[in-house]
Formats: sequence, structure tokens, C-alpha cells
Amino acid sequence: MSTAADSLTDHHHHGPAKGIRRWLFTTNHKDIGTMYLVLSLSSLLIGGLMAFVIRMELFEPGLQFVDPNFFNQMTTMHGLIMVFGAVMPAFVGLANWMVPLMVGAPDMALPRINNWSFWLLPFAFTMLISTLFMEGGAPNFGWTFYAPLSTDYAPPSTTFFIFSVHLMGVSSIMGAVNVIATIVNMRAPGMTYMKMPLFVWTWLITAFLLILVMPVLAGAVTMLLMDRHFGTSFFNAAGGGDPVMFQHIFWFFGHPEVYIMILPAFGIVSHIVPTFARKPLFGYTSMVYATASIAILSFVVWAHHMFTVGLPLVGELFFMFATMLIAVPTGVKVFNWVATMFRGSMTFETPMLFALAFIILFTIGGFSGLMLAIAPADFQYHDTYFVVAHFHYVLVPGAVFSIFAAVYFWLPKWSGRMYSETLGKWHFWLSVIGVNLTFFPMHFSGLAGMPRRIPDYALQFADFNMISSVGAFVFGFSQLLLIWVVVRCVRGKGEPATEQVWEQAEGLEWTIPSPAPYHTFEEAPKVS
Amino acid sequence: MPAMWRVLTGCLLLLMAGPGFAELQWNMPEGVTEVSRDVHQLHMVIFYICVAIGVVVFSVMIWSIVHHRKSKGAKAAHFHENTTVEIIWTAIPFLILIGMAIPATSTLKAMYDTSESDIDIQVTGYQWKWRYQYLDEGVDFFSNLSTSWDSIENKTEKGEHYLLEVDNPVVVPIKKKIRFLFTANDVIHSWWVPDLAIKKDAIPGFINEAWTVIDTPGIYRGQCTELCGKNHGYMPVVLYAVAQDTYDKWVASQLKAQEEAKSIKEMSYEELYALGEQVYTNNCASCHMPTGTGMPGVFPALHGSDYITNKDPTDQINIILKGKPGTAMAAFGDQLSLSEIAAVATYERNAWGDQKEQSVTPAQVHTIKTQAALSN
Amino acid sequence: MKPWKLCVIPVAMFGFGFAMVPLYDVFCDVTGLNGKPDLAKRTFEETVESARSIKFQLISDANARDQFDFLPNDHLLRVTPGEMYKTSFKLHNPTGNTMTFQAIPSVSPGPSAQYLAKMECFCFNQQVLKPGETVDMPLIFQVSQALPQDVNQMTLAYTLYVIDETPES
Repeated sequence: MSTAADSLTDHHHHGPAKGIRRWLFTTNHKDIGTMYLVLSLSSLLIGGLMAFVIRMELFEPGLQFVDPNFFNQMTTMHGLIMVFGAVMPAFVGLANWMVPLMVGAPDMALPRINNWSFWLLPFAFTMLISTLFMEGGAPNFGWTFYAPLSTDYAPPSTTFFIFSVHLMGVSSIMGAVNVIATIVNMRAPGMTYMKMPLFVWTWLITAFLLILVMPVLAGAVTMLLMDRHFGTSFFNAAGGGDPVMFQHIFWFFGHPEVYIMILPAFGIVSHIVPTFARKPLFGYTSMVYATASIAILSFVVWAHHMFTVGLPLVGELFFMFATMLIAVPTGVKVFNWVATMFRGSMTFETPMLFALAFIILFTIGGFSGLMLAIAPADFQYHDTYFVVAHFHYVLVPGAVFSIFAAVYFWLPKWSGRMYSETLGKWHFWLSVIGVNLTFFPMHFSGLAGMPRRIPDYALQFADFNMISSVGAFVFGFSQLLLIWVVVRCVRGKGEPATEQVWEQAEGLEWTIPSPAPYHTFEEAPKVS
Repeated sequence: MPAMWRVLTGCLLLLMAGPGFAELQWNMPEGVTEVSRDVHQLHMVIFYICVAIGVVVFSVMIWSIVHHRKSKGAKAAHFHENTTVEIIWTAIPFLILIGMAIPATSTLKAMYDTSESDIDIQVTGYQWKWRYQYLDEGVDFFSNLSTSWDSIENKTEKGEHYLLEVDNPVVVPIKKKIRFLFTANDVIHSWWVPDLAIKKDAIPGFINEAWTVIDTPGIYRGQCTELCGKNHGYMPVVLYAVAQDTYDKWVASQLKAQEEAKSIKEMSYEELYALGEQVYTNNCASCHMPTGTGMPGVFPALHGSDYITNKDPTDQINIILKGKPGTAMAAFGDQLSLSEIAAVATYERNAWGDQKEQSVTPAQVHTIKTQAALSN
Repeated sequence: MKPWKLCVIPVAMFGFGFAMVPLYDVFCDVTGLNGKPDLAKRTFEETVESARSIKFQLISDANARDQFDFLPNDHLLRVTPGEMYKTSFKLHNPTGNTMTFQAIPSVSPGPSAQYLAKMECFCFNQQVLKPGETVDMPLIFQVSQALPQDVNQMTLAYTLYVIDETPES
């Protein structure tokens, strides 16, 4: 009897602490997941504000609002904040929330490290954003920080940028180790690897990518630091270094990094499409292998970002062929999703709408990616708005839409309330129109010859840029709807959600009550 | 509101197929070299392949969305794998990719041709201008953006070639193999002319190359395409492709101008004014009078004329250089040195109070003179 | 699985990032990836292949500041593979300071760098020039017969960097 009483009081002690202490000292995967998601949303707004400045300046030819140097700071910070502050933390947040629920684990494997890896981030981003107010301004060399623009020619604040990248790197690595440890060690009995939900699979692979390449980024910024302050010449031709080597090291990190931002999205969509098509996912096994092959290929394609640096013919050919190969596993995924929808019984709630938009628009981004892989044609596309269009198509209606889809999909589980479907649909349609209005014309301005990262442009690009700017304003402001939707649910407005939430939702996360209790799966469920 | 109007017309243009696009450039240019046409064709082929794949995949998807919806009473099937289908849709894309890789490889190989070139030009990127050195001919000059900051800051109208115009364009003959050797002086730049399908990074301490044979005379414009700091958006490339004899004349005039430029010394306003007074007395005062008032009806007045009241001395220098055909105004371009022309222009601007201590430098005269040589 | 074992991967990969530097150098030496020729003395033991003649260009770029006259004395040579050539670059220091320079060579097309051997080069050492001094800096080089047949022209470029500057006392 006493044990039962003990365990009851035990439970009582393990409830969330009160006030700020709950968030500062929490080791609970749900709390930490929430904090990651809030951080991601704030970064999305800050990075979005910078995009707003950029699109304002580019609304018309000529210099209207900012000087070219500040414009460069905006493009740099927008890129850094969206990549490291919005997309990556959002996926880590989703992993924190969902991976333990999906594998039937009571929490992440390393809860204290989990707390630490989150709390590094606010400091890292505060440091990064504070560079805007430093003498000489924020980093202005693009998020790719090519040497020597980022060494001999960079503002003093670059040192702070380097430290903040180090912090983000440490945080990501710890987060990834945690995800791997959780997935490998804490799966419910009976859940073999090939029974794992796809979000878990894609995250497992993503986590391995993270621990393989984030240290390389850390190495690159460390070399940058040494070149700037300790007189080394890693990237300085005068001392026997090579600025192109920086690009090799950076893109050795950078290309896997772009898959870090898309593989979890594949996982999310692979949950949503079967749920709303009321039909099991087509080709689960091939999905797993396709994800793994994309991850492996990502290590041998990096120089396709560098076709114009003057690689020897053999090099260009190798990287062109390797890059084209990625289209095969990516194609397999798209075909699988379409086959899942085929002969299903579909309904179109907001998560499904975002997932469908993801499939179509990500595929368009994939097509332009294939075009960019063709080295001779890339000489014309490289560093133009065509590239900007391409990577925004895979990152915004790609990664970001998948995150929106995930939020709508799992919000009822998190908050216990159904979101407003009307508001959700408004958010979806405004976003999808805004995104296409913003980024589709960029294909044209790029092909017509507009270079990226310029604050001002020749007159023939004026119409396309104006359309892009209008689209960007529509897309930007429609995100306020998302905040409203989320706040409503969190404040307990809306229909109470059932355990299963969606008619055909399958998986352990849908067997627990909504909202998910503070502690779940303290006794491991059995998976047959 | 003109801005709104432009958005609307822009949207309309996007919606209208065909003729609506004639005005608006929205695709990669075909260009003026064999390589650029190959690249354009490659681009179009891959684009159409992508469109075809897209049409097939999205049709199936949309068809399913329309027909297999719950609201229409669709019952979900239960299939979830089919090895044959999966093998087919792995193999077919692979074959399509091989089909794309073949033409891409041959175009790429052509770009790496290293047969001997006729003209070699070293192109050096600086923050934020280009330097062109013709290795065999010895021509050497900088090429700067010539769009005025006033028009960038919206204080004056923007011209047709806003941001795509330079003071000294690079000039090459048509139908000759031209090889560009790229390097940079400070940070990485990238030299791009879409009509030649050349884009190559200019990297400090390293040398890169690209070649072209242009078959149509014309003016081809491009820009720096690697972020190189603050004025990255303000370092265009302008290339004139001309007939061989025009090119030869241009080289000769450039070399002459360079010889002259060697004699350029930095001169203070006082030195310019003093020399200018001398030059003016010897060459100009007989017609335009020492007071600059000319002789009404016979010789035009300088004092108060547009040539010297305008802050920009280009027109004034041009008329001193080239004269005015059909009038008594002679061309002094070959008679006076650069310093003398600069000095007399300075003197005319300030002697009668039209400007206040405004210098015209020999370097300015040099720039205008080399440009004038090209427009002839 | 013990989570700490996973930490070996990031540590190793951080090391790998730095290992990429020497790896890259070796890779470039073997393939000529970045067109950087050897900075050490070497020759090819070869007979002269008289049938071929290659257009060999020499160019310079005074990266540091344009005030230093740094120019090749021959900007164009016809080179027969296997044969040894001697040429020189002129360098003038117009400043009132003693200057230390380092010239960095680069070859285009990049892969032909491995077929270039230099017996003597001013790029092997730093060059010190007194105020107003002008020097002719010799370069003795050889192009290997192994240079692929389709390469008909080569360019050897030197970029000059100021390493040190001391005012004349």
C-alpha cells in the first residue's frame, strides 16, 4: 500500500514547477519542446522583419530606405536567423515533443543536457542580434560568410558572430546526441527499427547528419577566428592559404545542412498525408531507404555550390552527376506520397492543405534544383535570383510549410483544443498565395539576369521585384493569423480535442489524452 | 498611384501568355556565342522535361484530390506497397537523368577547350570596379559604374541602362577567340555577362579563365555576381563587341590616350587656373574674348552658357576635344595636352564666376577622351 | 548504447574539419584542383619534345597596392615541353620604406599546375626591397612532356603581397 501512496506523492512532486523556474530548470521534453517552438516563432518574426526591410528596399529601383551596407547586414542576418533560429529549432522542438511520444518513451534520454542545449540558444541569438547595434554594424558578408570578405574585410562584430555560431553548434550537437540516444535506447518493447514512425526515422538520420557536419562548421568558424585574430593564413593567399578552401569546408557542412532542414519535413508529411487520406503510407521501406540515400549523397555533392570557382572539368562532372542522382530518391518520396493519396478517402483540414502545398511547391523547388545541378546551365543561374527562388521554394513552402502543417496537426494534442479551422484555412490560403507571389517571379528576374544580394537593380527587373515585394508583405502579415490560432488554443478556446484527434490518426502519440499529460509513458507501452 | 499601377500591369503581364512577354525579359537570353546558345538550349530542354514530369505527377495528385475525397464517398483502399511500381519509378527518373547528363557533359567539355586564343584579357576585380589588361596589346584601364549617385538616390531620372553602364567598357572584336583571365585584388568577385554565358569567380591570389567567340556585334551588359561588400550591386560589366577594324582603331586610340595619361600630374586648382589662363589667352580669347562674352551673332558667349553653368563638365570637355563641325570652333583634342584641356576648362568655369573654384582634372578629361574615341 | 560514445563523432568531425586543410593541399597537389604550383624547387628529368609549342603567358597582379611596379619582362613565351626557360619579373619599390614582399603563383588551367616545375623562383622566398630599389627577379621553369595534348596554352600568374614594411631610419 505504501508504495502506491509513495508513487502518488512522487507524481505530485514531478508536476511542473511554478513560474519562471518551470522554464529555466525544466528537464521535461514537452516544456523544452514548447520553448524551442516559441524561440523558433520569435526568430521567424525577427527574420521576417528583416525580410520586410529587404523587400521594402527592393520594391522599386534606387535606394529608398537603407544604405547598401545595412542591406547586406539584413540579408546576412535574415539568412542566419531563419536557418539557425527559425527552421532548425522548430524541428528540434517538434522532435522534443513528438519523438518520446512516438516511441513510447517517458522523456528524452538525456533530460539535463536537453535543458542546457535549449538554454544556449537564447544567449547565442541575443549575441548574434546584438551585433546589429555594434560599431561597424552586424556581419554583412552573407550567411555563407566567404573569406576574405569575412576575414580581412569584415566588421569587428564578426567575432561575436563566430562565438554565437559556436554556441548554436554545441546546442545542435547536444540536441542531436539526445535524439539519437532516445531513439536507439528508449523505444517501447516491440518497436523495431522498421516499425518506427517516419518522423522518428527522418529525425534519426537528421541527427546523424547534425553530429557529422555541425563540428565541421565549428571548425570553419574557428579557422576564421584564427585568421582574423591569431595571424594564421587558412584562407589568405598571401600566407599560402586558399579562399576557395573556405568554400569547400563551408559547403561540406552546408549541403548536408540543407537536408537537415528538409528531412524532418519529409517525416512530417509522411504522417499527415496517410492520416487525411485514411490509407497507410505507400512504400514505408522505400521512404526509409530514400531518406538514408539522400543523407549519404549529401556528403558528395557540396561543390555544386561552387561550379563557378574554376574547378577542373572532372570535378565539375563528378559533382554534376552526383547532384543529379539526388533527384532519384527525392522523386521516390514524392511518388510515394502521391500513391498514398491515390484511392484514399481524403479530407482537407489545414494540416493536410499545408502538406499538399508542401508536396507541390517543394517539387517545384526540386525541379529548379535539378536545373541548377546542370553545371553549364548553372553558370547562368549561379548567384542570381533563380537560386534565391530555388532555395526559398524548398525552405519556405518546403520546410516552413511542413512546420506549419506539423503545428496544426499536433496542436490539439499539445493544447487539448481544436484550432479554428476557419482561421487555419485563411492562414493557409493567404500563405500559399503570398509565398508564390513572392518567390515565383524570382525565377524570372534571375533568368533575366538579376544577381542576388544587391540592394538596387536595373530597370528591367522592376516589375518582378514589385510583385515579389507585394507577395512578401501578404505572406509576412498572414503569419499573424498563425499566432492568433496558436494563442487561442493555448488559452483554452476551441473544441476540446479527443485522444485520437483525427479520425484515422495512428501511432502511440494518439493513444494518450489530449492535452498530453506532463508525464507520459512512464510505463512503456507494448507495440505489436 | 503609379506604383500600384505597375504592380497591376506586372500581374497582368504574368497572366498573359505569348505576346505580353515580348517586352519583358523573363527567360535566360540565348546570347551571342555558340556556347551560350548551347547553354540556353540545355536550359530549355531540362525545363521542359521538368514541366512534363510535373504535369504527370501533379495530374495524378490533383485527380486523386478531386475524385478520392471522403465528401464524395470515396472509400480508402488498403494497398501500401508494390515492388514493381517502386522499381519502375526509381528506374525511369534514372534514365531521364542520363538523358540530361549527355548534352550537359558535351556543353561543359566545350567550355573547357584550351586551344590557342587570339586575344587575352586579364580581368581583375577590385572593390568595386573592374580592371581590364589586354596582355598582347598593352591596353590597361579601369571600368567604373557611370550611373550617377543622384539617380541611384532617386534625385534624378533613371536612364535606360541604369546600373548597367560604365565609364570605360571592355571592347573586343567579333569572331575571334577571346580568353579572359580572372583574378581579384581584394575579395572574391565574379564576372558575368549573360549573353556570353560566362560567369567566373575572380579570386585574390588565384587565376581563372574562360573563353568566348562572339558572333554578333553589340553591347552586352552584366554584373558582379559574388557578394563583394558594400557596393557589390554597383560594379557592372559592359562589353562592346565590334568589327575587327573598329577594334584596331580603338586599341590605337587607347594606347595613345594611355601615353598621354602618363603625363597626367595631379594639379591643384591654382595650378590649373594659372595654366588655363595662359591656354585661354593663346587659343580662345581671340573669338570668345578675354571676358568670355564672345561676339554676339558671330562667336557665342561662354560666360553664362549651359556648357559651363552645368556642374557636369562632360559637354564642355567634349566640345573642346572635338570642336563643332561647320563652325569656327576647332577640335583641340590633338593640339592640347590633357592637362591643358583640363586647365582651360577649369579657367572657363571659374574666371567669370559661373562656378566657384571648381576643378576639372586631367584624369576626367582622359576618361571622356577615351569614351569619345569609342563612340566615333 | 552509451550516449557518450556518440560524442566521439562530433569530436572526430571537428578534427576532420581541420584535417581538411592538409588534405586539401595534398588533393590539390595531386589533381591541380586550385591551380597552385609547387612552392619548392623541382625539375622533370625529360628529353625535349620539339614537336610541340605551347603559348605560355606570364602575368602579374600587385594585390597589396598598385603603387608597386611588378611586371613580367616577357609576357608571352613559346614553350616546348621538356625544355628549361629563363625569364624574370621586374619589381620596383617607389616608397620610402623597406618592403618585404611575397609573390604567390597560380596557374591556369588549374590542372596543368602539376606539369610545371620551377628550378628557381622568386616566389620560393620573401623578397626584401630597399626604398627606391628595382630588382629583376629570375624565374627558371620547365613544362613537362606529360602535359595533356589538348592543352595549348598556359598562364602563370603571380600576385604580390606586402608582408612587412619598415620605415627607413
